[in-house]
Amino acid sequence: AVLSLTNARTSVTSGLVGHAAKVIGVATSKQREKCTYTGQIIPPPARYGGRHTVTLIPGDGIGPELLNHVRELFRFSCVPLDFEVVNINSSITSEDDINNAITAIRRNGVALKGNLETNHTLPPSHKSRNNVLRTGLDLYANVMRCQSLPGVQTRHKNIDIIIIRENTEGEYSSLEHESVPGVVESLKIITRNNSLRIADYAFQLAREKGRRRVTAVHKANIMKLADGLFLECCREVASGYPDIAFDSMIVDNTTMQLVSKPHQFDVMVMPNLYGNVVSNVCAGLVGGPGLVPGANYGRNYAVFETATRNTGKSIAGRNIANPTAMLLASCLMLDHLKLHDYASMIRNAVFATMNESLLHTPDIGGQGTTSEMVQSVMRNIKSSGPLTTEL
Amino acid sequence: MTLSAWRTQGWSGARPPPCARALGLTANHGASESPPARADSTFKVTMVPGDGVGPELMTAVKEVFKVDGRDVLYAAGFTRSVLLCGVVCIRVAGDVPVEFEEFHVSEVQNMASEEKLEQVLTSMKNNRVAIKGKIHAPMEYKGELASYEMRLRRKLDLFANVVHVNSLPGYSTHHNNLDLVIIREQTEGEYSSLEHESVSGVVECLKIITREKSRRIAKFAFDYATKKGRGKVTAVHKANIMKLGDGLFLQSCAEVAELYPKIKYENIIIDNCCMQLVQNPYQFDVLVMPNLYGNIIDNLAAGLVGGAGVVPGESYSAEYAVFETGARHPFAQAVGRNIANPTAMLLTAANMLRHLNLEYHSNMVSEAVKRVIKQGKVRTRDLGGYCTTGDFVRAVVANLRLRPVI
Repeated sequence: AVLSLTNARTSVTSGLVGHAAKVIGVATSKQREKCTYTGQIIPPPARYGGRHTVTLIPGDGIGPELLNHVRELFRFSCVPLDFEVVNINSSITSEDDINNAITAIRRNGVALKGNLETNHTLPPSHKSRNNVLRTGLDLYANVMRCQSLPGVQTRHKNIDIIIIRENTEGEYSSLEHESVPGVVESLKIITRNNSLRIADYAFQLAREKGRRRVTAVHKANIMKLADGLFLECCREVASGYPDIAFDSMIVDNTTMQLVSKPHQFDVMVMPNLYGNVVSNVCAGLVGGPGLVPGANYGRNYAVFETATRNTGKSIAGRNIANPTAMLLASCLMLDHLKLHDYASMIRNAVFATMNESLLHTPDIGGQGTTSEMVQSVMRNIKSSGPLTTEL
Repeated sequence: MTLSAWRTQGWSGARPPPCARALGLTANHGASESPPARADSTFKVTMVPGDGVGPELMTAVKEVFKVDGRDVLYAAGFTRSVLLCGVVCIRVAGDVPVEFEEFHVSEVQNMASEEKLEQVLTSMKNNRVAIKGKIHAPMEYKGELASYEMRLRRKLDLFANVVHVNSLPGYSTHHNNLDLVIIREQTEGEYSSLEHESVSGVVECLKIITREKSRRIAKFAFDYATKKGRGKVTAVHKANIMKLGDGLFLQSCAEVAELYPKIKYENIIIDNCCMQLVQNPYQFDVLVMPNLYGNIIDNLAAGLVGGAGVVPGESYSAEYAVFETGARHPFAQAVGRNIANPTAMLLTAANMLRHLNLEYHSNMVSEAVKRVIKQGKVRTRDLGGYCTTGDFVRAVVANLRLRPVI
């Protein structure tokens, strides 16, 4: 009996020592400090002395110039934010750049990015860099709020639709093969887990924002199993939110209804490709790709960019790009970091600038330049500030 | 550019005008941030002079902050209108736009109490930036294990202490051109204030190391290294003896290091580290360590470049920044004798101005201090000279005026 006791004690103590040496995170109340079971650690947020650090990925095309304007504006408005710039060369095939960017976003938790161009001529093993970023960080929800801006002339007025798009699977799984020459099979993956997750996100968001209806967009009459699963998951989640109405609509009907009677839609949730199409249609409804910001949320990370993810190669360097989308995306980022005062200050200034049609950039029918618009935003911020003594 | 645009956009272009900040008129909603407290375009900063020479050093800081361009201009006979025409490119801006909110707390003089602590905390919540001297903790056990300063640090959660050890130009020591950063975890470790005497004559003092705080300080160190472009972070520990405690610290540092592939991570035992610092300090770049080792290494490194009178330091939490000297000693022997070296406190004040986004003023103050030290004519006793604190401060002020302002 004595031997067994000592054995038990040594095994307990060695177990304790072993436990201390294992890499297991401590569950805390903060979401960002939880450890996932994959063993990756989620470090605490990068905020010291009141200043946040955020990763900045300039991207291609109009990305760098617009993000420079954002940086300038933040410096002007004394936003307590520092940017860690990570450049990605989208034309080379090595994965180092994008992995570097993913690590940087893991460190800081939040990123602001321009779009990265994907060259079609490169071999199929070269995946889209934006896609790699999204799947690498598991940014499963793409949220885009299409809101008509009062100063912009559009055919339909007073639109306010939130589109939630599943961001990691669906048609964008990058799984294709050619088993027989001339016959290509492209796999669209729909999983129960991800569909439940995105539906839950949609309903939570609808509840938070006080929205009354969620519409699931699908093509389950054709893709009976895939979109059928998606629809079923949405229905399941909807039953847990009795205060929010749920209906579904086939994607072809949806696009037609969007262009004829967009006011019937409130919140829409859908898989990846339909999300791409519907979000571009809605962006067009409110005035174009230069006006709508987008956000990609994951469990631990958030990346902010323009909603329609255009590179804008043709207008790069000509000072005619519309900075509104990127500025509003940076406001979304400030809201995410809980810097609400700065966010509303910049947002109001942007809306005030939008009201002056003389400053509109060519994409919304004016003749203004990007820098003029940004200067006007800065002037609006300055004038909305307190009166100061003579310097 | 119009004159008004030129004036408001700042002289160097890097300083944003104060009127660009919105005043937080509404109460803070939960955790939402409002822009820091401003009153008529000055920045409010909490000041805690502390014990010993603290009050004298704070007076030095206030004197340096008071003088600026305006006195020079009026002395030189320029009228305001001439200056406003922009003919003479001199800053019309007056004093350094900082207003100090003073709190006199002292444990040894019985001026420390819970209410005072609450007052300081309230002030910090509004201002978020503070400058402080050392609040001396008495050796005798008077019923409270945690010293006043330790309680303040815990309440504000100032978990990271950064001491940037820079050799002063013009003052040579055994090691010149030193550029070292020491990051110290400031809230746990040996300073946990947990001690008990279960059996009389046998005292147990608990050193607490937690995974969460170790990860936090490691992340701070690597983020600091990334921001300042440093290439190496060395963790200092004694994990061969304290296998679980410092072992956990080391493991947390290694975990966080994986997220920073561009920064080299090493570790070194504290005894070897001290020896290496004295023999060859150039091998270190950024050092990160738990509380007590940090205290020792801070002072050691300060000694390498000239002593406690020359090294500035700062403490960070997620929301607050507190600026104080690197090696913290009340230096009670020097009280009233006007011999303390104000360099450390002036450089600390310059760092504080940089944190407040007042780059121009910050550079002005630190350049003036460095110029005085480089010239070598005015040196206090600890650097081998015979001058008093007052002489030094006057020399710094004189050098402020000499600076060509653009």
